[in-house]
Amino acid sequence: MTPTTLDVPATRRGGRKPSRRVRRLSRRDKLVLALMVGIPTLAHVVFVWVPTVASLLLSFTSWNGIGVNIHWVGLKNYTSLFTNFPAFWPALSHNFIWLGFFLVIPTPFGMFLAYQLNKQIRFTRFYQTAIFLPMVISLAVVGFIWEIIYNPDTGLLNSLFGTNKPGSYIDWLGNPHLNLWAVLIAASWRHAAYIMVLYLAGLKGMDPALAEAASIDGANEWQTFIRVIFPAMKPINIIIAVVTIIESLRAFDLVYVMGGNNGAKPGLELLSLLITNSIVGESPRIGFGSAIAVVLLVISLVVIIPYLVQTFRKERVR
Amino acid sequence: MPHPIAGRNISGGIPALSRRTMLRGLMGAAGLAAAAPVLAACSSSGGGSGSSGGTDTGTVTFGSNGSDAQPKSAYAATMAAFTKANSDKVKINTVDHDTFQNTISTYLQGTPDDVFTWFAGYRMQFFAAQGLAHPIDDVWAKIGANFSDATKALSKGNDGHYYFVPIYNYPWGVFYRKSVFQAKNYEVPTTWDDFMTLAGKMKSDGLVPFSWGYGQGDSWTPLGTFDYLNMRINGYQFHMDLMHGKQSWTDKKVTDVFTHYSQLVPYFQEGAAGRKWQDAAQALISKQTGMFTLGLFVAQQFTNPADLDDLDFFAYPSINPTYGQESVEAPTDGFMISHKAKNVAGATKLMEFLGSAAAEDAYLAIDNANVAINSQADTSKYNTLQKKAVDFISKAKNLSQFGDRDSDPGFVSNVVEPAIAKWLDNPSSTTSTQSTIESQKSQYFQS
Amino acid sequence: MTTSQVAVPRTSWAEPERVIVPRKHRVRPARVILHVFLMLTAIVWLVPLLWAVYTSLRSYADTSTHGYLSIAHALTFQNFSNAWSQSGLPLYFWNSLLITVPAVLLTLVFSSFVAFFVARFDFRINLALLMLFTAGNLLPPQVIITPLYRLYLLIPLPDFMNPGADVLYDSYWGVIAIHVAFQAGFCTFVFSNYMRTIPKEITEAALVDGASVWRQFWQIVLPLCRPAFAALATLESIWIYNDFFWALVLFSTGSKRPITSALANLQGQYFTNQNLIAAGALMTAIPTLIVYLLLQRQFISGLTLGANKG
Repeated sequence: MTPTTLDVPATRRGGRKPSRRVRRLSRRDKLVLALMVGIPTLAHVVFVWVPTVASLLLSFTSWNGIGVNIHWVGLKNYTSLFTNFPAFWPALSHNFIWLGFFLVIPTPFGMFLAYQLNKQIRFTRFYQTAIFLPMVISLAVVGFIWEIIYNPDTGLLNSLFGTNKPGSYIDWLGNPHLNLWAVLIAASWRHAAYIMVLYLAGLKGMDPALAEAASIDGANEWQTFIRVIFPAMKPINIIIAVVTIIESLRAFDLVYVMGGNNGAKPGLELLSLLITNSIVGESPRIGFGSAIAVVLLVISLVVIIPYLVQTFRKERVR
Repeated sequence: MPHPIAGRNISGGIPALSRRTMLRGLMGAAGLAAAAPVLAACSSSGGGSGSSGGTDTGTVTFGSNGSDAQPKSAYAATMAAFTKANSDKVKINTVDHDTFQNTISTYLQGTPDDVFTWFAGYRMQFFAAQGLAHPIDDVWAKIGANFSDATKALSKGNDGHYYFVPIYNYPWGVFYRKSVFQAKNYEVPTTWDDFMTLAGKMKSDGLVPFSWGYGQGDSWTPLGTFDYLNMRINGYQFHMDLMHGKQSWTDKKVTDVFTHYSQLVPYFQEGAAGRKWQDAAQALISKQTGMFTLGLFVAQQFTNPADLDDLDFFAYPSINPTYGQESVEAPTDGFMISHKAKNVAGATKLMEFLGSAAAEDAYLAIDNANVAINSQADTSKYNTLQKKAVDFISKAKNLSQFGDRDSDPGFVSNVVEPAIAKWLDNPSSTTSTQSTIESQKSQYFQS
Repeated sequence: MTTSQVAVPRTSWAEPERVIVPRKHRVRPARVILHVFLMLTAIVWLVPLLWAVYTSLRSYADTSTHGYLSIAHALTFQNFSNAWSQSGLPLYFWNSLLITVPAVLLTLVFSSFVAFFVARFDFRINLALLMLFTAGNLLPPQVIITPLYRLYLLIPLPDFMNPGADVLYDSYWGVIAIHVAFQAGFCTFVFSNYMRTIPKEITEAALVDGASVWRQFWQIVLPLCRPAFAALATLESIWIYNDFFWALVLFSTGSKRPITSALANLQGQYFTNQNLIAAGALMTAIPTLIVYLLLQRQFISGLTLGANKG
């Protein structure tokens, strides 16, 4: 469908050629519009963008959060972050491991489930409802539920496998080599469901004639998927990629709850936890925490900006 | 967390609501939204009347970190006793224990309660030095007689003014069950060698020698062992200097501590990195483990009176005869007045009450895992364990407060605790652990 | 394989107009395998939740004597009633309501305003606005928390809006504000896409009648967006209710916290009693589960509005 725009002649913003319309926007109309847009935009800028810029500025300072004795220290926070903070590089790599894991396991699995559930079979509603449930629950609750499963002495897993006796202990959440994967499984439980729904919606909106044509040409199911369906779902694929990446960068709630309300636990370091630790704590180091926040911001922007450009380029063309 | 969905638009398929229902719903909800803050005002504040900082001492607000069941009721009882004696009301704001500590900085600068629970030591002096607490020399003029000089020293800030009123303290020791020791003929060790022999014997008897749990936010528990080892091997003064950032963590003395620590590691309960201390205490209760190096608060877990009677502790064994067992780790909890207190007059009255024997008696009647620090407090109702604890503390030559109270809190929680947790996973990495801690130390201790 | 195009009655959300239905002459083994696979997946998916439910229905005495992985000797709702009465859950639910309802309403109202501006008029600034809002929504919250917190300590509020404290920090309004600011991006985007589909002729007719901009919005465009409103309201309610981070950091008074971040208090009080914690966690999830089951269509269409090619 083509978008509709009202041709508004000769507005204050200028630049539009005058249209056939004779009527202009009355002064009152302009005021209403300005308010309608101005207030939300102001709120958004003040609560989101001003703090973002402030974080950037604060990252060049040293401040313990008390009073206003802020000192400018240039790049010192960044140098200490990269060279003298043992938790940073593990945190960075964990965020990327998170991303890699998501891209390799729950995302394709979600897409696979969506594809299968698209096949008009019975009970599809039940399957969808069951699989989608984790998306509706708060991440804090997800954390509690999985803690009960992972508890080293009384949890479901260790009771099932008998690994809660001395000598054959598996410490899912404590062992630094295991805990990230344990948390990732809990996170994937939720993420796969999310991807499934998105992809399913996309599949439902796709023109069935495409797949039909391919099968008439003799392609089998796999070929049809790879050659026809997957490319046709490009907008959805982009969304799924962005969602996966952003979720990996944002990971916080689950790890906070499962790691025991205290970040920088060996094996579970994440950028978001390091930031919160440096900033919310007994003796905060605001400048340092802001430096970590800026690192996170930069990585996020690397994803956000191409996405925006890609999406809105189409808008402009309309 | 939401994410935008790019692309085109959808063509229907969603059941539509009738316009009327929709508008009605919006109106109703809008009405509710407008009423919400008013309702919030009604439900949340109880101190709307008379909490101004004027001459009338009305309601005093009290921020507490006593979120576990026993401390919570003990504080409630203490405040009730205050109200009874003074007819001033107290509004208690309880926050989860760990969260309270984690958000203390923002809390004190934001909208703190008049009086709040806190700890003695460097941790207290730090916040006083930042100007976040109200000096209370006037309170101490009234209550000073009740406390020993050591306690008075603990309650002062760096500038020599008083900031802190203590309520109780408790010792750290090695806890065990008497029945287990009797049944297996174990003897309480007083030297390191005896200690190690005992651990070996327990292991061969099928008992896990030490309860151990530092997971799920309890990463401070290994510090108890570290502190004692340091004080036993290197003496109280070195330990304090190290905590205050005046000694180097790469010093050979510290290496010595880690060497002894690594001898203990094979005897620890497995899976400790994922276990809370409360769960580790359960193992002691159920006789799966033999000993637990922890504070007296472990007694709160022994809810069965028979089990509690069976609980006992001994002093951490001596390692270096020069220092013997003269130092005791005895953290002191108490109260401070926040700098931004709204009702300073009422808060002062409350603090005077809290420094009195009546307050301690009211608190300790319910919370039996701590002992009074007020010399006038009634100790006759103490159980055996508490009596032993009082004796234990009073005989100590030096009192330390515990690693995370004797040092910069950020340093301990962001550098030392993660480093030790990591070291526990790989006890042969002592050198790198020491240098990691030392290199980050300068970021926290400015001078 | 022959296919037939059959007009199938609409059984799920975003339906296209025609659907391929393979002729089911006999039960094919591949189909059976598919069902088995999906059934297994669904069951595995439900296991964590079912385990939590099972644990919460057993008494602490039962599980400490027989272990958690055992047949229950008796099932009881005691944990639920204990969690309800002993941990102050009603208060926290009320707080959640106080935050969620105004936040959802304000978000929807504000975003529909901005979307209207951006979709129905052709100002140069439109694109920049959309990009601003969308990017703002994608940022990780930790990036802005410190300056936001300092900002909140500075912004004054009249006493009736935050009794006791006079600033935005530790107030319901503060948490509502950040939710609105953060979620506005997503909702604006969805609304603007939706509003674009409204044919020009309708608003042009209104203009001919001399309608003001506000009337166009209120009487014409908004009612046509009802499905989008329903969908987004459902989605946003669940999301804002489930929020954990903002409430954790921006509230210092324990009794003001919404249910999700108050769960931590529960854990502090009842350390080893996992049955109680499971009950508390499940009770927290119940409102969202109910909303989901009743309004599943709206919820999912909210997520996928605009995810299809038109």
